[in-house]
Amino acid sequence: MSIKASTRQVESVTIVDISGRITLGEGSTILRDTVRDLLNRGQKKILLNLGDVTYIDSSGIGELVSGFTTVTNQGGQLKLLNLTKKVHDLLQITKLYTVFEVHNDEATAVRSFA
Amino acid sequence: MSPEKRVEVMLESTLESVDQAEAITLRFAGEAGFNEEDVAKVGMAVRESMVNAVFHGNHYDRRKKAGLRLELEQGRLVATVTDQGEGFDVERVPDPLAPENMLRQSGRGIFLIKAFMDEFHVRRLLPRGTEVRMIKYPSVTNGKEG
Repeated sequence: MSIKASTRQVESVTIVDISGRITLGEGSTILRDTVRDLLNRGQKKILLNLGDVTYIDSSGIGELVSGFTTVTNQGGQLKLLNLTKKVHDLLQITKLYTVFEVHNDEATAVRSFA
Repeated sequence: MSPEKRVEVMLESTLESVDQAEAITLRFAGEAGFNEEDVAKVGMAVRESMVNAVFHGNHYDRRKKAGLRLELEQGRLVATVTDQGEGFDVERVPDPLAPENMLRQSGRGIFLIKAFMDEFHVRRLLPRGTEVRMIKYPSVTNGKEG
């Protein structure tokens, strides 16, 4: 199953609902392009909902990191929502769990944006 | 001693081959009796290794092949991935956990392989290429979750 990404707006936050596999190739490319498009439209409060992400490889993790640094460098915020166990464990192993702000509840996540 | 079970394929240097290698590995590990978590770990390790072979080793050159061999030896799963590239020095791969590398976009593949597998060995092939050999020991509790 390839990746699917759709966006919706909740208050001033853009939520990107992602499902499928974030892997080298189409998956990571779509994630990268989605974040880039949002930034180009001036939307800098981005919440990635990963609740339906079934798989992520090191390339996918790299795109999460790249998205985070790009958004942050442009004065924005990128946060994560609803990590599956697989994604959670990978971020723990790579110590990236300390880099990202992670939420389990959408309303709380939205309120957390400055 | 001959392996109890063996699968060997030579694949094109494409992303589709990475998916194919992963699928073959998941099936092999599952049939070998590894539990669900370990099957996923082995699959991921082979996937990362195949990405390295196809992308970093063979540079997507369709003239070059990436090899996958899976063997079951006394309950241990031995996964061997080969490429036909120029080789690399595993000692020079940056540590992705080092503070200066944490926010790098790439460089986590080998780290993840080592995290998921019990043994990890790299050697240069002659006249060219690299062989990555990864071993997963049998789980303490194999089989499906009860």
